[in-house]
Amino acid sequence: MADEARALRPAALYFNVFVVATCGLIYELLAGTLGSYLLGDSVTQFSLVIGLYLSAMGVGAWLSRRLDTQLARRFLEIELAVAVVGGLSAPILFVAFGHTDHFQVVLLAFVFAIGVLVGLELPLLMRLLEGQLALKDLVSRVLTFDYIGALAAAVLFPLLFVPHLGLVRSSLLMGTANAGVALWGTWLLADRLEGRVLGVRIRALVVIAGLFIALGFADKFTTWAEDSMYADPVVFTEQTPYQRIVVTNGRAGFNLFLNGNLQFASADEYRYHEALVHPAMVTADAPPRHVLILGGGDGLALREVLAHPSVEEVTLVDLDPAMTRLASRFPPLAALSKNSMQDKRLTLVNDDAMVWIAANRQLWDAVIVDFPDPNNYALGKLYTKLFYARLAARLSPGGAIGLQATSPLFARRAYWCVIETMRAAGLVVRPYQVAVPSFGVWGFALARRVEFERPTKAPANLALRYLNDDALRGMFEMSADMGPVPVEINQLDNQVLVRYYEREWRRWQ
Amino acid sequence: MAIAPTRRDFVAMLLGAPVAAACRSSDAGTPPGELIATGAARGHSLLRGLAPGSSADGSSGPGSPGRDARPSPLDGTRTHDVVVVGGGVAGLAAAWELRRRGVRDLVVFELDDVAGGTARGGTSPITAYPWGAHYIVSPHKEQRDLIALLEDLGAIEGHHKDGTPIASEALRCRELEERVFFRGRWYEGLYLEAGATADDHAQLERFRREVAKWATFVDDDGRHAFALPSSAASALPELRALDDLTFGAWLDRHKITSERLRWLCDYACRDDYALLAADTSAWAGLFYYASRRSGATGRDYRSVLTWPDGNATLAAHLARGLAIETGVTVTRITEDGALTCVGRDGPFGVRANHVVVAVPGFVADRIVVAPERPALPADYGAWAVANLHLRARPREAPGAPPAWDSVFYGSKSLGYVSATHQAGRDRGPTVWTWFYPFTEAGADARKQVIGAGQAEWAEAVLADLEPAHRGLRGLVERIDVAFWGHGMVRPRAGSMFHPARPARLLPRGRLHFAHTDLSGIALFEEAFDHGLRAAREIAAARGT
Repeated sequence: MADEARALRPAALYFNVFVVATCGLIYELLAGTLGSYLLGDSVTQFSLVIGLYLSAMGVGAWLSRRLDTQLARRFLEIELAVAVVGGLSAPILFVAFGHTDHFQVVLLAFVFAIGVLVGLELPLLMRLLEGQLALKDLVSRVLTFDYIGALAAAVLFPLLFVPHLGLVRSSLLMGTANAGVALWGTWLLADRLEGRVLGVRIRALVVIAGLFIALGFADKFTTWAEDSMYADPVVFTEQTPYQRIVVTNGRAGFNLFLNGNLQFASADEYRYHEALVHPAMVTADAPPRHVLILGGGDGLALREVLAHPSVEEVTLVDLDPAMTRLASRFPPLAALSKNSMQDKRLTLVNDDAMVWIAANRQLWDAVIVDFPDPNNYALGKLYTKLFYARLAARLSPGGAIGLQATSPLFARRAYWCVIETMRAAGLVVRPYQVAVPSFGVWGFALARRVEFERPTKAPANLALRYLNDDALRGMFEMSADMGPVPVEINQLDNQVLVRYYEREWRRWQ
Repeated sequence: MAIAPTRRDFVAMLLGAPVAAACRSSDAGTPPGELIATGAARGHSLLRGLAPGSSADGSSGPGSPGRDARPSPLDGTRTHDVVVVGGGVAGLAAAWELRRRGVRDLVVFELDDVAGGTARGGTSPITAYPWGAHYIVSPHKEQRDLIALLEDLGAIEGHHKDGTPIASEALRCRELEERVFFRGRWYEGLYLEAGATADDHAQLERFRREVAKWATFVDDDGRHAFALPSSAASALPELRALDDLTFGAWLDRHKITSERLRWLCDYACRDDYALLAADTSAWAGLFYYASRRSGATGRDYRSVLTWPDGNATLAAHLARGLAIETGVTVTRITEDGALTCVGRDGPFGVRANHVVVAVPGFVADRIVVAPERPALPADYGAWAVANLHLRARPREAPGAPPAWDSVFYGSKSLGYVSATHQAGRDRGPTVWTWFYPFTEAGADARKQVIGAGQAEWAEAVLADLEPAHRGLRGLVERIDVAFWGHGMVRPRAGSMFHPARPARLLPRGRLHFAHTDLSGIALFEEAFDHGLRAAREIAAARGT
């Protein structure tokens, strides 16, 4: 071979090895992280990913001997292939999660492909440098840089990439780095490319441009702001026509955000959901058989409702099919809700509660209302006198409503506006509150169509973590800084609540 | 024959050259749809038959119908106690009131295939939607008749301490009611706050104070300056003198020059009157604002009441249980209660004890033989209404969230209303109703649109909407368009208190007159008022 006559610059090529190794391991870590975020069970996921990745590298190394000619070109082409497959792996896997039932297969296919490609690279590089160094030096240096690259990846991934870039951007950025190194390689290996420099260079530029464009679209998955806004790594995002769903995962468990507002933290959601559901369930005249849940697409209020053996049927009305789909298919969430979304007693409706309640003709023994806070008119309509009047009309005479009503401490006027609006709609309302560490003090309303006493007995035999008789009694005590304030009634044509809410929450932001 | 205008020329004519230049040139993607008939063909053949050579220019002439072309009278073929000619809101209101007063033998003749006049609606699998008038103003406590109708509809949920009825929350236009689009962004309300200077605000405050002054004004007889309906308004000469002035001149006189406020005043006049402020009676201009305010300060906003299909719900309620014969052209009505008609099965005659003539003035003047009835020059504005059926909501520009009424600052259109807003359906398929008033002379407007097909109209609608809603075209399933050639009577300066007007309200023999144009303005409340008055005249004549 003619190229063997000319010397290569080994130092530059070692750096190549370093980058290839770093990127390769980061793809592996990304795959393992995605797998454990989306499918749960991180031990299994990481074992599978690491094992498959290493063995795929072995397959690549074994295949490398079948490449005999144009080694430099092959090397650069494989590097570009790693850039494309690895760089696009995280965004494609995110999309795939929402669209396939065989996510694990897709995930492992990516891991395998990346492993094979990376496994091809080192042997090829060694062969390119063959003859310039003694074998012992060649092996020692190449492998040194390979392992140092792995160390760099192991440090950068948790400290820099996940917290500051997010999974999707990290993946695309690594792809770009891979392709950049390949582009550089067209100069380093120019002599060995046998006049094919331009073709490889153009391909490298195309790959870099493509990955840059993809970076531009990365906001579709997570925005820069989001990645830095959340304290914990963002593990799942979806922009639905209705809202932006974000799940983060940290040491204390995972958190669900809708439009940037925390819906629950797995660490303390039980306080919120037990407080939301059980007072209404024990206040109804008879143990509720027919229960309606409005909002609550995360399935956690449903979990509490289904714990009551009296419940024969539950209808859950949530606007966003993506939310209810996530609740039943996202393993950590499904586990948290005890697979409630799969329960045979459940009828799931994806519709606007305002429109649905106007058409519904059934009577419900208990109604649980868990809408997002009224920070816009589209949500504010679900807190109007009209909505509560329609809700009251669907409540059986002996039935009770449990309703989340934002924080009486942070948004006192908004909270009492909800209470007074329910009263204006003809409901008898008892306000109550509970401390949820991740939210602060949170407010609820217990309502009936008839006069009633505060509940004093928490449900027995449900193995509740928060609610016992003492907690139940304490919830109905409002401290002085949360007491009633004069408010207007929230009505369809004058949604004062939205304005109260905006004004009050702005103070705390 | 007029040559069909090219789409771009048509868009330029309706919305101005810059809009046309900016609109996409592909006609491949024009959504399908149809031009909806509004009875124009039948009406025009009637007029051609009655008065050869005369054009339907909308100006009323004296009652001298050409006799030659009319079918010969067929006396006594049918007899009815009361016949109502015209199934718009005035006619339906008269019939509704007469039935409430126990009249049983009553029939309504309607030229068109459906009753309702311009308070007409349509339905899709998603929602009902309007084809014309789409709201009323929450009634004052003095508007007892309208309150009775709303009570009949179950649309009153209580009363304020002063007796003012509270309309059902479900009907009171939901927030956000209105928004305006300006330079890539939506703003709440119709007054463009963005970039307003201190002087703009000072002028706005001056204007509001002026409106509030009139909204609280009550004369010695206890009549409001600008009441709804206008028949209840004060007759003080100083108020009536406002009619001699144009609204534009009134604004000039009050040194209201702020561009955004003048735009808003023009918008109000185009919206309710199909006129620019410079052509509108100052009385009508102030009426628009003052009649919608109330309270001790005159600054309380009286809610707008709306239904998905607009006032078609009200018209349908009035029409419930009535005998309405559609497709009937009445060609001659005499003071002794004889009608000559052409129905689907041919001509027939009717004799009636009482007739309510509830057709526009320019039609009445051609078919009614009543020599004593004075003529009144009247002007009718043309309208186009388009209904866009959307399979999903398009992308929103930044700023204010979706509203019931979305308006484009500076556009010659009035923007669009969303049929699903009031029900609270904020996502998914919907129907948008786009309105375009022709502020030029009615005949000019009608000439402009000759030859324009559905595709030309659809492109104009999209050219108006797409700057605010990118990608709209791909979401539109169909665009249907209606053209109301004589959509509404227009209150030009001097028309409201024209000396001939009072005499046109008076009964002639067995004939009683009811139509919104008798007020000089086109509003549900006015049509309803005239219908009830005509019904009460009949009741009074019969001593019931």
